[in-house]
Amino acid sequence: MGALRFLLVKDLQILRRSPLLVVLLALYAIVIGLPVGYAVSRPPSKPKVAFYNAVPPSSNTFQLGGKSLDASTYADKLFDAIDPIRVDSRQAAIDKVKSGEAVAALIVPQNVTDALQSAINLSGSPQRPTLQVYYAADNPLKRRYVEDTITAQVAKANQALGQELTKVAGQYLGILLKGGGFSILGQKLEVLGLQRSAQVLQGVAAALPEGDPKIAAIEQVRRFAQLAIDNLDLSDSVLASISDPIAVKVRTVDGPTSSLDGYAVAAAVTIALMFVGLLVAAGMLALEREEHAYGRLVRGLVGRTTLVVEKVLLGALVAAVIALALVLLLSLFQPVRFERAGLWVGALVAGALGFGAMGVAVGALTRDVRASSLLAFLLSLPVAALALVPSGAVGATAYDIVQVVGSLFPFKPTLQALDAGLNNAGPGLVGALAHLAALVAAYVVLARIGLRRFGART
Amino acid sequence: MSTDPLVAEGIGMRFGERAALHDVTFTASPGEIVAVTGPNGAGKTTLLSILAGLLQPTTGSVSHDVRRVGWVPQQAAVYRKLSVAENLRLFARLERVDDVDAAVSRMLDQAGLRERSGDELGALSGGNQQRVNIAIGLLSDPPVLLLDEPSSSLDPRQREILWSFVSGLARERSTTVVFTSHNVSEAERYADRVLVLADGELLFAGTPAELQATVGEATDFESAFVGFLHEQGH
Repeated sequence: MGALRFLLVKDLQILRRSPLLVVLLALYAIVIGLPVGYAVSRPPSKPKVAFYNAVPPSSNTFQLGGKSLDASTYADKLFDAIDPIRVDSRQAAIDKVKSGEAVAALIVPQNVTDALQSAINLSGSPQRPTLQVYYAADNPLKRRYVEDTITAQVAKANQALGQELTKVAGQYLGILLKGGGFSILGQKLEVLGLQRSAQVLQGVAAALPEGDPKIAAIEQVRRFAQLAIDNLDLSDSVLASISDPIAVKVRTVDGPTSSLDGYAVAAAVTIALMFVGLLVAAGMLALEREEHAYGRLVRGLVGRTTLVVEKVLLGALVAAVIALALVLLLSLFQPVRFERAGLWVGALVAGALGFGAMGVAVGALTRDVRASSLLAFLLSLPVAALALVPSGAVGATAYDIVQVVGSLFPFKPTLQALDAGLNNAGPGLVGALAHLAALVAAYVVLARIGLRRFGART
Repeated sequence: MSTDPLVAEGIGMRFGERAALHDVTFTASPGEIVAVTGPNGAGKTTLLSILAGLLQPTTGSVSHDVRRVGWVPQQAAVYRKLSVAENLRLFARLERVDDVDAAVSRMLDQAGLRERSGDELGALSGGNQQRVNIAIGLLSDPPVLLLDEPSSSLDPRQREILWSFVSGLARERSTTVVFTSHNVSEAERYADRVLVLADGELLFAGTPAELQATVGEATDFESAFVGFLHEQGH
């Protein structure tokens, strides 16, 4: 422990003597991390959505104002902005989301046309036709984007239906004004109409002597009034049907998801951790070689494993401090849940250790600081890009490959851990921390093997 | 100071198919200065690296534990962002020297760098950096000191100071000194014994005078050295 402490203090002294380099590194990480963190919140242009239509083809039509309309005409409007993956069951649609092949699942329930028919009839309906949407919980940007997309497309379908309903409403208003027949609750009714009511009342008033009831005419007026009252009772649901006939019910798969802004904070902090952790750990290990001190150290003064662990801790320490500063900076502009500080600081430290360990592996493979910095940069960008590829943005096989390759680097588990710590987002902190612990161990072993390349030459 | 001689027994080293050293055996007594010389690629640095514990030989053994051997690499193995005193203090702590401050103070005096103890290494000349490099190798007061091309970056005046210092260690503290050098006249002038390596083989071990005597017509040591290599087919 003594040797590790002496080396750590030495390296911090060296960094302190290089203030311009450290400040530039911190600024670079923050300046890059912030815009990239928010930029990754921009989703793919046309996401893949699993689509299951439970309505049998024979039940696809509904009646509106005496016309027969095909529901699929309106459903097709949903596909203007999404790329549908048609499946045969609800579970298959949800599985597509869980596997990452689709960013969401859109399910049209079996009773939707009946509910639609019921909703647009004047009979009113206690349940509006409701589409079901399932989102993956791993990435809030996908949820928000797909939610926006589906909401917009449902609004278009609602607008088209609304136009039809407006025509029907016009007919109803004509009946109310001029009188006529229409169907309600399965019964054919004749309505007097306001104009004829006025005429009847006028005639009754003029012809009847005072106190002589004309029962039949008055009964007509009474029935009309009663009908108006009854229909007003139904007006809320009828009006809702006209303005927004189709509703959307949203659910997530695999736990909760964070807000988009909270996710952007997690992404920005992860990017800062990555740049600082990688560059400091890789550069400071390569510096031992560049200063020709490596040979002097490992010939009995310091074990190679101790040297590796010290650089991991150094990279993690510097990265964690800068990332913490970034969180505090962001808290001025965005809500950061400080009551969860224990969780997100833990996630931040674990991520810093992950990037520090990856950094020493890079440093062990290079012979000088410039080469290590270049390699760290070359690795950083694709590592981040791989972790940020949303499910549904590429094909299923490509996405599986991206997932496997991405899991070899600390970016994705760090992002998941920070998202869980900061935003209580799924899939949770424990799995991400375990993933990071495994990566730290693997990278330390890799670095230790890589140091053999140094050999005796200093 | 130890009275045990440094013994290298049957040292062989292979890098893949290439044999860098083949069955090298020699002894260096306390207070003796031994020069290892030879043409480029002879195996001088490889031999010194094995003696220093940086490389494990393929065959053979070395008598001394690496902790009892001071090692001064050819290029200054120091941190340029740390001061002279900070470098010395760091390595004294890593060497687990009993009295760190006393050791640092002693080496600042021996290296003649007390006035520059607070200066960053990067601000010093190559010669002064090399003096710190040597001072670090001597921090634990080792009975054996290995120097790899110690004077290659020094000007004649600094070289003179270096050899005066090293000779003093051997004479006054009985330190065994083994150094490599291309400079045969330096070997002749400062070494008690010369080891001549070529293609990994130890061709000669003896005093400079004995080497010169093996080549009768040579007028100086350098000519004798070249003539000797010719005679040996190198």
